[in-house]
Amino acid sequence: MEIDDQIIFTDNSRLVIESLAQAGADVFIGYPITPANLLYSYASERFPIFLAAPDEITTLQWMTGFSSTSRIPVTATSFPGFALMIESINMAYMMELPMIIILVQRLGPSTGTATIGSQGDISILNGIISGGMAIPTFCVGDSIDCWEISAKAVETAVNLRTPVIILTSKEEMMTMADVDCTKLKKIEQIKRNYFESDDTYVPYKPESNLVPQFLPINNNKHQVRITSSTHNTKGIIQNSTHEALFNSKRLHNKMIKNQNAFCLFDYNEAKKSETLLISYGITSLAAKEAIESLREIGKHVSLLIVKTLFPIPKIIFECVINHKNVIVAEENLTGQYRQILFGANSSKNISGVNEFGRMITPNEIINEVLKYEQ
Amino acid sequence: MSNKYLLEEKLPFCKGCGHSLIAMGIDKSLQELNCSPFDVIIVTDIGCHGIVDKCFTTHTIHGLHGRSVALAAGISMSLENPNKKIIVFIGDGGATIGMQHILDAAHNNFNMTVIVHNNMLYGMTGGQQSEFTPLGFKTPTLKEGADHSGYDICEMASSAGANYVSRILTNMEMYKTFTEAITNNGFSLVEVLELCPSYGVKSNPGMKLINIANEAGIPIKLYYNKMREPFKLAVKNAPKPLINEKLFIQPKRNHKLTKPISILISGSAGEGVQTAAELFTQAAIKSGLHATKKSSYPVTVGIGFSSAEIILSPKNILFTGSSCPDFAIVTSNDGLDYSLAILKKAESGQLIIDSSLAIPETKMKILKNGFRSKFTNKFAALFSLAFFLESSEIFPKKVFVEVCSESKLAAKINLEELFELNSVKN
Repeated sequence: MEIDDQIIFTDNSRLVIESLAQAGADVFIGYPITPANLLYSYASERFPIFLAAPDEITTLQWMTGFSSTSRIPVTATSFPGFALMIESINMAYMMELPMIIILVQRLGPSTGTATIGSQGDISILNGIISGGMAIPTFCVGDSIDCWEISAKAVETAVNLRTPVIILTSKEEMMTMADVDCTKLKKIEQIKRNYFESDDTYVPYKPESNLVPQFLPINNNKHQVRITSSTHNTKGIIQNSTHEALFNSKRLHNKMIKNQNAFCLFDYNEAKKSETLLISYGITSLAAKEAIESLREIGKHVSLLIVKTLFPIPKIIFECVINHKNVIVAEENLTGQYRQILFGANSSKNISGVNEFGRMITPNEIINEVLKYEQ
Repeated sequence: MSNKYLLEEKLPFCKGCGHSLIAMGIDKSLQELNCSPFDVIIVTDIGCHGIVDKCFTTHTIHGLHGRSVALAAGISMSLENPNKKIIVFIGDGGATIGMQHILDAAHNNFNMTVIVHNNMLYGMTGGQQSEFTPLGFKTPTLKEGADHSGYDICEMASSAGANYVSRILTNMEMYKTFTEAITNNGFSLVEVLELCPSYGVKSNPGMKLINIANEAGIPIKLYYNKMREPFKLAVKNAPKPLINEKLFIQPKRNHKLTKPISILISGSAGEGVQTAAELFTQAAIKSGLHATKKSSYPVTVGIGFSSAEIILSPKNILFTGSSCPDFAIVTSNDGLDYSLAILKKAESGQLIIDSSLAIPETKMKILKNGFRSKFTNKFAALFSLAFFLESSEIFPKKVFVEVCSESKLAAKINLEELFELNSVKN
């Protein structure tokens, strides 16, 4: 380590909350749950507005109310709380109101073990929006991710008018490490654009990027209608008219159309490598270490770390096509992201490194790679 | 009736439904108050009442079944503006599923007016009973009549702390009650009793609303009209950043490590394991090392084991777990129980264990010392790490002393005594 006066010893929860606040998120509403409790605690110090909600449904409802008035709310929870939030996340998604939901994964099923990490909530995120629409879902691995992706989440939520999920896990949010603050990029506060015309405001009329312009619910010049039921561009509830169905489909299409703006990944292609290792979140750190160790013994393997899990980045399949073998390393029982990418019936050249109830080690990944790279 | 707040189109309700009268009553009340339509936010949710949004010229927001009060609470807290009239529509079904939101909003005295459209059944889904269906009241799915009484929402909201509470029957004079409720600067609730023309009237032919109310013991009356201060949102002015100079460590390369090592310290909750591990790791960083500290403990904070895995490395650390530690430090029986499997698996390394504990099955080299006996149990973990540092000489002990001196521990224990040279017993 170089001599430097900006080294701190911290958990990543601190970095996530500071980054969100600097990016412009201004309200934290939460119901305490392990292992999201450090985020809650930091937010109580750092956010201009901090509110303790009586439950997770109320949390999301309050957040939606705040968001409708143009604030940018944040919450942090784990699966038991997240499960209660899902209907309300759908509501905010349909209303097109920005907010950030941090999901800190812990060991399930059910209340499981609160103090053991996991990557077990991937499948539920893939189908969280009724109708199968994509919701931007980021996944953080190291401290730099926590810093940069949290700010990116605010930008994405505001620019696309949508709830955004930051997926993480117990070890990422609670393990402490040295962090060189000189490597944390300056974060600009998000600038919000509002409808400024004298014309009639049509709340769900999309712009060319498929995102409608925003006005807060307390606007003094234009009527604002916001609704979570199937609706036309005016925000009037309609029973599956062509216009209303187009509007609902637009919610997915706007994510796909703007996907490149929030598609984050690290790809290191090893020339002549026949094997591609894919990982994300906490396991991506073991994957990086495994790749370094393999390189030391002359085995060069490509590594793709996915940081935007949903909508599924096209880059994944562009990388896959150049390799004969694919390994997906993730800390869950069944290989949830692998199954989402490649189906339940994996071929002999697509395999997973999976663990349940403990972190995957670099050696376990190395062993799987060596099955292909003899 | 003029239509300043209601568009001139037919209201979307069945003939004879009280919901139409409520919408017209709100319109008349707002006319009386003469406020801008853009100073009014009507919040609705799922239920027949919720399809009325399109008829209002005000701002409207339409959410989930039973959640309109909670949604309105977010708006109310955020705006904190008595000039903005937040009017919430909810049915008796919504009030059943969202009861907590109503009590919570009343308790916090959020500034809003809640109109409970109580037609005593679920009209939108076929006339099923709600928790507001009065004793004996019949619905299409309850042909013998309800076998228990319904909620008295007015009593509940009153005891929760609402500013204004009133129960009324649908009538043309409702607007007067609505005006009183809206002008109260706090949480107001008006329960309007109605008979659903599609299900309530047909299932209970000839029944009069006033008789239902009387028999159910839910009187038509004003419960409260008081002027308690509404909820005030606390907003911090320029909160301090979480990353500041106080956290900065000035590392000076002063260590003997050439490759990473992992240390497991395992003890009991409440004996300072996490604090000691944190201070030790901080001292390692100050000595120029990269370091991580991962904690493990059961859900209950104050009992059972408490352990920390520390990795120290001269280079950047990626993977923060460890399958087998190079050094294990065990300071209590809880810690020993937790680490037994790890110690048994270990093929090499060193176990530093409190003298009072049974020696576990392990291939690790064993060092014993009385960590628990020399100081109180609370400092066994700190003492054991000081001992480890002295025996391993990974980085200078004085750096650990410095870090501890700057911590809250300095006021609790004589650090000079703690960090004295200790004899090593094999």
